[in-house]
Formats: sequence, structure tokens, C-alpha cells
Amino acid sequence: MTGAAAIRPQTLAQKIVARAAGRDSVSPGEIVICRVDLAMIHDSGGPRRVKPILERLGVPVWDPERVVVVSDHYVPAVDADSAAILKLTRDWVKDQAIRKFYDQQGICHVVLPERGNLTPGLFVVGGDSHSPTGGAFGCFMFGVGATDMAGVLATGETWLKMPETILIRWGGRLSDGVSAKDMMLHACTRLGMDGGDYQVVQYDGDGVRALSMTERMTLSNMAAELGAMTGLIAPDTVTAEYIAAAGGEAADIDRWQADPDADYRAVHEFDAASLAPQVAAPHSPANAGDVTSVADGKAIDQCYIGACTGAKLEDLHMAARVLKGRQIAANTRLMIAPASTRITAAAAADGTLAILTEAGAILLPSGCGACAGYGAGVLAEGERCMASTARNFQGRMGARSATVFLGSPYTVAATAVAGQIADPRPFLAEGKA
Amino acid sequence: MIGRVWKFGDGIDTDLLAPGAYMKGSVEELAKHCLESVEPKFAASVKPGDVVVAGRNFGIGSSREQAAQALKMLGVAAVVAESFGGIFYRNAFNLGLPALVCAQAGTIEAGQQIDIDPAAGRIVVRNDGRVLTCDAVPEHLMQIVALGGLVPYLEQRFRRAG
Repeated sequence: MTGAAAIRPQTLAQKIVARAAGRDSVSPGEIVICRVDLAMIHDSGGPRRVKPILERLGVPVWDPERVVVVSDHYVPAVDADSAAILKLTRDWVKDQAIRKFYDQQGICHVVLPERGNLTPGLFVVGGDSHSPTGGAFGCFMFGVGATDMAGVLATGETWLKMPETILIRWGGRLSDGVSAKDMMLHACTRLGMDGGDYQVVQYDGDGVRALSMTERMTLSNMAAELGAMTGLIAPDTVTAEYIAAAGGEAADIDRWQADPDADYRAVHEFDAASLAPQVAAPHSPANAGDVTSVADGKAIDQCYIGACTGAKLEDLHMAARVLKGRQIAANTRLMIAPASTRITAAAAADGTLAILTEAGAILLPSGCGACAGYGAGVLAEGERCMASTARNFQGRMGARSATVFLGSPYTVAATAVAGQIADPRPFLAEGKA
Repeated sequence: MIGRVWKFGDGIDTDLLAPGAYMKGSVEELAKHCLESVEPKFAASVKPGDVVVAGRNFGIGSSREQAAQALKMLGVAAVVAESFGGIFYRNAFNLGLPALVCAQAGTIEAGQQIDIDPAAGRIVVRNDGRVLTCDAVPEHLMQIVALGGLVPYLEQRFRRAG
């Protein structure tokens, strides 16, 4: 030991922030300035908001190679206003010589890793609240508003108050028909939407290690619903294989791990093996219970599989397992907006899209769509919806009096077949017979 | 600053502050719909200098800074809450709107006049003279808000550098 010079054991979050701040270590509560490795913006909070600010400051983006732009909110354009937003985005990207521009290719949180932009240890700022999704790749990635982002784009740096880390450990393995979405609805309900207290949440345990990268992304994505700054998962071979396949920079798994004796604010233990499918009733993702306790026998007008949270390839596979050889109920409609164009292509190639459309699903363009009430598929007054999205705030998905229930893609598909909230497990059991 | 209180509960989210249906247009138009789902007369009745007081987790949800900008545009002088969504908290200061964390926010009542000193972290309820303590605001955020937001703050920084 070197006495006073010894560095206390560091969490994964501390290691990434310290590296970005150019320091050996950083302590919780310290305010530090970090160099930003990558900044991601989209058409809604991006160019249309940051362009006037950069013009007022009289500076271009600090490094076009470190900026990723994704048009995903107002896609495809439905009127002159949304078309103008998309055109402004394209023109600005060209003007700033930004090469990493994904125009209507899917939702930013899914497209960013899909195109190999993330690798463990990066300090990434995103102009969207679901930016914690990048935490699944061992990146310290968090969301900011447009003015904050303009500051990042102008200077290449930002500030933060070093958070503590809250460990969420899932023991056991999920049973069939239960998914990462159910884990998060349960965690939100147990811990509350401020359970994350703008600290870092880190997921670990056998139940997390057993998950694919896309399922891990759902855990990190919904760290936003816990009110956490980001939602980290330490990288392992699953992470490295995904990144290699996406053409990203090789993951340094050994470097980006917490020290064994690092301090955590709290450790929450959950059991994946005993978890049942969860459904969150209106108007909060923290308002969930077992599907059988929330099912009320009342008609559901719309089922929606979409958004960064719930329309990745694996999510479509879940829905297809329930829908194969079945038809959706006459009283409902099922809309599916795959999270990216690559996912649509993969789902077409492996036969998933055919299963979904033969069951009666309506395919929508890849984008944020109805989730935030921006795109096609919004709800009328008084309508009831079951969705695979992350948020069911009042008025978010259309009319003020519409109500949205949240569940996994399995549960949304089962609900579409039943025409009312339904447990997906009997459908999967029958499918196996 | 002295302001009249508008009181809200827990979990006032960004969809209530800046409804998605109006996000495509101007912030002026969006501001007319700020909080209309919970208080239909808010946007039309709020006066410059008024203060929004709320419970836990104010501004949770989206990163859309229009949630804070709408309040600012309507003349709201400050937001006092038991706690804030982390992104909203940053956005508010970036746009020149002080956000104060006050554990006793729940004891302030609608229509009361409160005297807020953000730098000192102190609120005086003028109706009954009670003094409430707020969490300290990081110094650089006070500098940002004093200049009117992050953009004027950066303008000053670039001027000095240039």
C-alpha cells in the first residue's frame, strides 16, 4: 500500500468517468468535466434545436467524426412540418461534414450499436432520455436536453456530478415466456420511478448474464424509467461477440470491470426464476403486477409492438412464437414497427414477418412512432392499448383519456390474440405440443 | 425573488409539461398546452414571476427541454420540488430556470407567496414566515442561471477564449 496515495476500489462507472475526465479516479459527489467520446442526436432534439445555438456561438461541431445523427422521430414525414424537420437534419449533417448519419434507418438507441458505434469504456452523451441503453455495452451513456447537447457539440465536453452505483442483481434464470421487459416492469414497481435517484444502476447476476445483448439492452434502456443516469452491464463474451459481429471496435472486457471491493449505495436482489409475465397498468411503468392480476377481461382496442424498448429482432421473435398459426381477435388491431430497417430485413429473411402478418399484424415504418405520440398508430379518446414500449404516461400515445398497459412482446401478442389482456405462457405451451 | 405558488403533486412528467402532440411546432404554441392535463387553466392564468411547487420526481421522462422551456416562456421564475428527474434538472438551469430541491416543498400551499433565494438555498413562506431549507445548487449552475442559461454562459467563455 502507498498510504494516502492509494486509490479506493472503483466501480465500473467511476473507471469510465475517471478516464474521460483524464484522472486516475473520481469519487461520488465530485463534479467533473469529461471529454465526450461520442455524441448522438436525433431529428427531434438534434439539428433543429442545436443549429441556432451553434450559430449564435459561431462554432461548428467540435469533431464531426464523434457525432452520430439519427432521424427516427418524425419518420417518415407525414406533413410539411415533419418533412421540413427531416430536411433540416439532412442539410445540417451535410453542412457539418458528419458521416455517421442514419436517415430513417431505425431508432437511435438500436441503430447506434447495430452499426458498431459502441464499445465498452466509452463516455457517450445522447440527446434522448433512453440513452442509458448504451450502458448494456459497458458505455457510460446518458441522456441530455438540446441545450446541454449544443454545449457538448460546441466544446466536446460536459460536466457531471459523479453518481454512486446501485447494483440490481438477478439470481436464477427466466422461465419461458418471461423476458427482460418483465424484469424491468417488476424492478420499476419495486423500486419506483425515482429508485435510481439519478445515480448509476448496474445489472448483474446469473439472470442477466444468461441474456442476449438485445435483452440486456432492454434492461439498460429502462434504467430511464428507474430515474437512473445510466444502466450499466459489465461486458463479457456476449458483449464482445455482438460488437465483433456489428463491426465495432474490439471490446476490452478485462479493463472495464468494477474492482472487487468497490462501494455500492445499495444492492437489490431479485429472482428471475420465479418472475411471472408483468403488466404495468396506466399511467406508470412502476404500476405493474403479474399479468394474471392485472388482466381485467375488458377489450383492448390496440396492441403495439414498437419503440427502442420493445421491437428488436428478438422481440419480434417472441411475438412470432405466440402468433404462429393464430389470428388476432376481431375486436383489436396489432401494429408492429420494427426498431430498425436491418431488423425488418432480418425478420423478413427468417420468416418472422410472414408469421406476424399472416396473424393479422399491420407493419409500420421503423421509428419512434406511436410510442411518444409522434408517429402513426396513436390512440383515440377512451381507447385501451397494450404496448411493448417503455412509458405509459397519460396522453403520451395520443388522446388524453386513452389508457396504455405495458408488457413484453409475448404478452402484447397474447393480448392481440385474446382481444383482452392475456398471459402468454399458455399460448407458448400449446405451441410446443 | 417573490412569487405566487402553483402547486402540483408527485411525478409530473415531460408529457404533461410538453405534450408530444405539440412538439413539432413552435415552443410558443406548445407552452399553451403546458400542464393542461392536470391543470387546464395553468397556461392561460400563470403570471410572470409565479413559482411552480411540486412533490417528488418533477420532470421525469423525456429529455425534451421544451418541458422546462415552456415553463420559462410562461414566466415561471423557479420550480421547487421534493426531487427532480435528472435530465429536467440540468435542462432547467441550462435554460435559465432555477430548480430547487426542498424536502418540505409539500408544506407550501397553492396561492401562497414565497420568497426564494436560490444561492442561499432558502425559501421564506411570506404568509406564515416559515423558513425552508433547499439543497445547495452546484456553483457553476448558479453562474449559468445568473447569466440566463448555458448559451450566454458559453458565449462568454468563447469570447474570453477568442
